[in-house]
Amino acid sequence: MSDEQLYSISIEVNGERREALVPARLSLVDFLRDTLRLTGTHVGCEHGICGACSVLLDGEPVRSCLMYAVQADGRRVTTIEGLAQADGTPGVLQDAFCETHATQCGYCTPGMIVAAHALLESNPEPAEHEIREAIGGNLCRCTGYQQIVDAIKLAAEKRSVGAAGK
Amino acid sequence: MKAASFDYERPTTLAEACSLLAAHGPDAKVIAGGQSLVPMMAMRLARPARLIDISRLAELQRVVAPLQGDGHFIVGAGVRQCVMEREPLARANLPLLARALRWVGHAQTRNRGTIGGSIVHGDVSAEIALVACVLDAMLELHDTSGITEIPAREFYLAPMVTAILPEQCLAEIRFPVWPSAAAHILRGCAFEEVSVRHGDFALVSACAQLELDADERCLRLELGIGGAAPVPLALPEVGAQLTGARLDEAAITDAAAAAADLADPEGDLHASADYRRHLARVLVERVLRAAKEDAMSKARADK
Repeated sequence: MSDEQLYSISIEVNGERREALVPARLSLVDFLRDTLRLTGTHVGCEHGICGACSVLLDGEPVRSCLMYAVQADGRRVTTIEGLAQADGTPGVLQDAFCETHATQCGYCTPGMIVAAHALLESNPEPAEHEIREAIGGNLCRCTGYQQIVDAIKLAAEKRSVGAAGK
Repeated sequence: MKAASFDYERPTTLAEACSLLAAHGPDAKVIAGGQSLVPMMAMRLARPARLIDISRLAELQRVVAPLQGDGHFIVGAGVRQCVMEREPLARANLPLLARALRWVGHAQTRNRGTIGGSIVHGDVSAEIALVACVLDAMLELHDTSGITEIPAREFYLAPMVTAILPEQCLAEIRFPVWPSAAAHILRGCAFEEVSVRHGDFALVSACAQLELDADERCLRLELGIGGAAPVPLALPEVGAQLTGARLDEAAITDAAAAAADLADPEGDLHASADYRRHLARVLVERVLRAAKEDAMSKARADK
């Protein structure tokens, strides 16, 4: 293993430039969790089925297990840690997930919130079927999804009230 | 780390990518979005010694609509599925592809997955591959010695086996756009599939694009089925049979039965061969009804 070639990468993660030498086969999620110690992004199936590892790549939700870290060189990545408010307190979506009991075991939650965040950024007032479509690639084995859909609806309302108040 | 060790190259031109492929042959594999290849590498079903990343090649990002409304719609192999999903020119010129894309994986995978990647991967249930076959698209393969063109209908040889050579890279897909027709001619299309959960691989899929006159007579019909044969299956012979006939319920059921007869499905853990053949018949009925309804609704909208 010691002779495995390393590649120099530079990725902007949650607004901060991070540089590292990595083997080509290191997935983006392993880079985030093991190298950067950003363990908010969960790793589930590791082959693109469960959505637990969803992060934003240049603002778009992608599965970080289906990308090698070298492929993200020069790009911008936002993880669940980057979606909290500047002072570290939970953001609107995170609060809404607490309020509607949308987390049980919590394993899918970071991926759900990342997918929901991307939805609300592009579609601030989504219909229920659009919410379900947006989290269609994220598996939850606890909630039956209803509270998660409720949380995203609640966050959409709070965000639109917040935007109107500005 | 789940994948076996490999080397990584990110060429900056298509010519450079082709040179790398020529130099490394079957040991190298092209990666674009990686939404099919990375899982296969995670499970070590694929163990390329070298990945050649073409995802940032500007040459593969072209989206060119035909000027006159007929001719070819050119899609660069590296164009991401989400881009085509949102592209108004694609919706107008290639409505069947636009409909198919909704069934391709999930938003997260469409944000990375490419049109060309899905075509070259060669999954028998891939929606984009089926549309390329049904519309009789032409594929442009590049290597260091030049360009080879091959129709999508001749590209697929067996499940996950295509005619592409190890040193070739798919650069462009040219989808024929049907010539603009007289006002009384109605055009419609539909894509349907059955999968265990939305976004999963289709057990079977079907799609159709057709032209009807005001009496519901079929002037042109292309259709096909995915997941129901070793390759995505265009059924021009079934389309030709219906051409000139009124597209009524009897014609639709006959066509669906003919399509199911031409299907050659394999059974697996997820569905038996008989069930897949049944689905092929049901789905062809559905897409023919839906495409007809799509065409007729345009007539009503014009009134």
